[in-house]
Amino acid sequence: MSTTFDYAPAPESRSIVHIRPSYGLFIGGEFVDGRGQGFKTINPANEDVLAEISEATEADVDAAVTAARKAFRSWSRISGAERGKYLFRIARIIAERSRELAVLESIDNGKPIKESRDVDVPTVAAHFFYYAGWADKLEHAGFGPDPRPLGVAGQVIPWNFPLLMLAWKIAPALATGNTVVLKPAETTPLTALLFAEICQQADLPPGVVNIVTGAGDTGRALVTHADVDKVAFTGSTEVGKAIARAVAGTHKKVTLELGGKAANIVFDDAPIDQAVEGIVNGIFFNQGHVCCAGSRLLVQESIADEVLGRLKARMATLRVGDPLDKNTDVGAINSAEQLAKITELSGVGEAEGAERWSPACELPAKGFWFAPTIFTGVSQAHRIAREEIFGPVLSVLTFRTPKEAVEKANNTPFGLSAGIWTEKGSRILWTASRLRAGVVWSNTFNRFDPTSPFGGYKESGYGREGGRHGLEGYLQ
Amino acid sequence: MSRTDVRKTYKLYIGGAFPRSESGRTYLVNDFSGALLANAAKASRKDARDAVKAARAAFSGWSDRTAYNRGQVVYRIAEVLESRRAQFEVEVAAATGASGAQARAEVDAAVDRLVWYAGWTDKIAQVAGAANPVAGPYFNLSSPEPSGVVAVVAPDSALLGLVSVVAPLIAVGNTCVVIASQAAPLVAITFAEVLATSDVPGGVVNILTGEAAEIGPWLASHMDVNGLDLTGVADADLATDLEAAAADNLKRVRRAGVEDLSASPALDRMTRFLETKTVWHPMGL
Amino acid sequence: MSTTLQSDISDATSSNAALRRFLHGLPGVDQVGAEARAASLGSRSIKTTAKQWALDLAIRMVDLTTLEGMDTPGKVRALCNKAMRPDPADPTCPHTAAVCVYGDLVSVAKDTVAGSDVHVAAVATAFPSGRAARTVRVADTAEAVAAGADEIDMVIDRGAFLAGRYLDVYDDIMAVRQACGPAHLKVIFETGELQTYDNVRRASWLAMMAGAHFIKTSTGKIQPAATLPVTMVMVEAVRDFRAATGRQVGVKPAGGIKTSKDAIKYLVMVNEVAGPDWLDPDWFRFGASSLLNDLLMQRTKMTTGRYSGPDYFTLD
Repeated sequence: MSTTFDYAPAPESRSIVHIRPSYGLFIGGEFVDGRGQGFKTINPANEDVLAEISEATEADVDAAVTAARKAFRSWSRISGAERGKYLFRIARIIAERSRELAVLESIDNGKPIKESRDVDVPTVAAHFFYYAGWADKLEHAGFGPDPRPLGVAGQVIPWNFPLLMLAWKIAPALATGNTVVLKPAETTPLTALLFAEICQQADLPPGVVNIVTGAGDTGRALVTHADVDKVAFTGSTEVGKAIARAVAGTHKKVTLELGGKAANIVFDDAPIDQAVEGIVNGIFFNQGHVCCAGSRLLVQESIADEVLGRLKARMATLRVGDPLDKNTDVGAINSAEQLAKITELSGVGEAEGAERWSPACELPAKGFWFAPTIFTGVSQAHRIAREEIFGPVLSVLTFRTPKEAVEKANNTPFGLSAGIWTEKGSRILWTASRLRAGVVWSNTFNRFDPTSPFGGYKESGYGREGGRHGLEGYLQ
Repeated sequence: MSRTDVRKTYKLYIGGAFPRSESGRTYLVNDFSGALLANAAKASRKDARDAVKAARAAFSGWSDRTAYNRGQVVYRIAEVLESRRAQFEVEVAAATGASGAQARAEVDAAVDRLVWYAGWTDKIAQVAGAANPVAGPYFNLSSPEPSGVVAVVAPDSALLGLVSVVAPLIAVGNTCVVIASQAAPLVAITFAEVLATSDVPGGVVNILTGEAAEIGPWLASHMDVNGLDLTGVADADLATDLEAAAADNLKRVRRAGVEDLSASPALDRMTRFLETKTVWHPMGL
Repeated sequence: MSTTLQSDISDATSSNAALRRFLHGLPGVDQVGAEARAASLGSRSIKTTAKQWALDLAIRMVDLTTLEGMDTPGKVRALCNKAMRPDPADPTCPHTAAVCVYGDLVSVAKDTVAGSDVHVAAVATAFPSGRAARTVRVADTAEAVAAGADEIDMVIDRGAFLAGRYLDVYDDIMAVRQACGPAHLKVIFETGELQTYDNVRRASWLAMMAGAHFIKTSTGKIQPAATLPVTMVMVEAVRDFRAATGRQVGVKPAGGIKTSKDAIKYLVMVNEVAGPDWLDPDWFRFGASSLLNDLLMQRTKMTTGRYSGPDYFTLD
């Protein structure tokens, strides 16, 4: 009998998913061929080509916006109750097809099935269910007695939470009576295209939801299209700024959910085991491809050694590998490009003198992989303490007093999220009130809920998604 | 022989003080009929920079005040304005050619608007915030917080316009740098005297006089400014340029638009420059 | 760090106030975070070879238990036979770690398991309430040991603990430990009565400092009995205690663990929180009765490839 508990492989079955060899654009309720070059989406865990994806040109985007505009006339006029019923229907179909969506998400994105199954997809269904209920109650939402939709929303989403970001965009837009043209990220289009099928199953009127696939040019064509009334973007701060410039002087309403470099502050009286879990969850959840990741650990100097010791022991139990294995904790990096960026910035961290550590872990030969990594001896002046790495890389800094912790936490152009770990309630509230960040997790991290507004301060963007606040960006 | 009157020098209002423009420049301000009223200071980019610095320095103290206290301060502005209303009626009439009744009405409206916003300071969080019923054992609260330093181009309205853009910003805890109406800067500086004597900490409101087209771009591109209110920008190209410059650090922008300043305000002048902070906490034994 | 902590510990037990300061100076446990972590460990998927290994290990960790007022020598003999040969049809099936009975039935159990490696554990110290004078509780222990008990499962005085009389609890454990002689001491907290994880962590340190060989969740008489998160908090405590002092202490969840699936979740938790050193009957036990048959049923499923039924396993 072996003496160690070696978990045997526990792969989730792929057979629930049917990936077509090629996909068109979803415009006016139908799949049509794009006029662009086309591109391939690959499985980042093994670099297998999954499907051939259409690329939407300016003309295709125009067709999609036209379809959305046409649909807007009737969609904005049907009663809120009727709109809501379509959203409820979509929420239910997502729940029914949740395993299929989760497997497809993990294949296309590289995230562990555990996360797509237990976090992403259930939250997606919940998000549609939540906003479905708002559709016939908008006059009570606090945005005036007669809130009206804006029109056509152009929405561009990232690759880190493909389906969840789609839900954050589409659910409130539709509930408020807008129609949408959504562009998923070029490396993760598949669940958005499956969502298009779900819209068909739900008999959603043609043109209410349009999905155009492509890369930066397609996105640019969408957000700059003259007949788009609303731009919603989640992605990098750099592109967010370009969008803000592009819409200057227009009538377009904009919400931007951008990058972050969140401080996760651990005080000396923290519930230490939960804090270690929170640090791990904060930076290694979704391979660190999370805009609100707790990528800067600020630990009180007096307990830094103890926290780091426990953190390293905990990291040694992280299981890195096949995203479809139910026991995988850390999956594949989404793309070669992202892997190169993480590798480069980690190299900079070493070159700048920070100490690099990863647990022993065997990475698969094919695909894009990066071991969970921490850097100690980091100071605010290091690039790895300032720039968003968007990978499983944690920078560890220390502080001496609560005031210093807050100063360091706020010493960044970003302001998306932050974490606080202490058993002292008044210190939590003192700290939370001083952190310039849109979401503050105290004694927890990376929690999301449809009722809870999410969004940033400063260069992390503006506008909120989720909750009653999430309606505002889609109403006049 | 009649007495020679003592005229007032109109300067800028920065950090609670009344400095001249560092550039040494002034421009002529005439009354509605074209007769000389005074020289106004013509603020430069360095004055704008100093004003942002003052506004930033004042921000944490002002936003940390209790909402009740901010309400009292804003109410105090209304009191002091009311007590000096005769002077404002004269200055408004001189600047705009308004009749005595019209000038009185404008001062009335300005005082009343301050009172309205004074009452909002400790209510906006209840209206704009939320207790969120998340699906889990967490206490989850969203509350509004001021964006920070907001640069404002005030509308071409002698007093009511200025009060209408400044009061909502400071009521919710922002600090601001205002470019006063280029045509009617003198009332703005007299209003600064009201601010200076109303318990408003220095730096909370900073008022520059001069050309929006010259100073505006410096404020719009300033990386330590968090918001930009373009209410008073009439030139569409300038508005577009300023909004585009504001993208450099993703300032919250309120676009210019036709607005009836005499109508009762909506909440958007406050909410546009509020952030929503959501705090999660587990509930357990 | 180890010697500092050793002296900390002797300082800590110098007075009730000092002990309180020490125990209340331990890091807190956030309930929601701890339960989320336990739930996440519980979602591991254990298949094929790993499952086979885990099932056999779980059987070897069972303290097969009967603690009823209606227990008789006949019942205890049957239990002992089951412990020695859980699956009479399969000689490869391991025996359980121990049987666990009331003190007056120790001699019956001891006679029955004679010649096997199955230990006899006795509950003692006015089990399950612990409400008796210390002399009585010590005498209860001494009698069970004299009757041949290899292991003593004592209960702490929860009243004293909750009243903040930590030093009394500490002295109780020391006294019982002395009465145990060569027998191993398991200290039951009745975590369902301590209620908070902070209390559980403090009780764990208190018992370990007083010399417990094992810390145990529950008597089985109070709900909730063992849960995955409460056991996890105790496993964290033994892990930290060994890191601080070099001494390893075992953990025994008892009560409410009825299925193989549950048992495997505990093993996963132990493996990932404390490490493989604890994956041994010397360091981890399940206090259970009906669990054993479910483990056997799953074991048979793994070897035969088909689902079995309760009629194929003995009810003892």
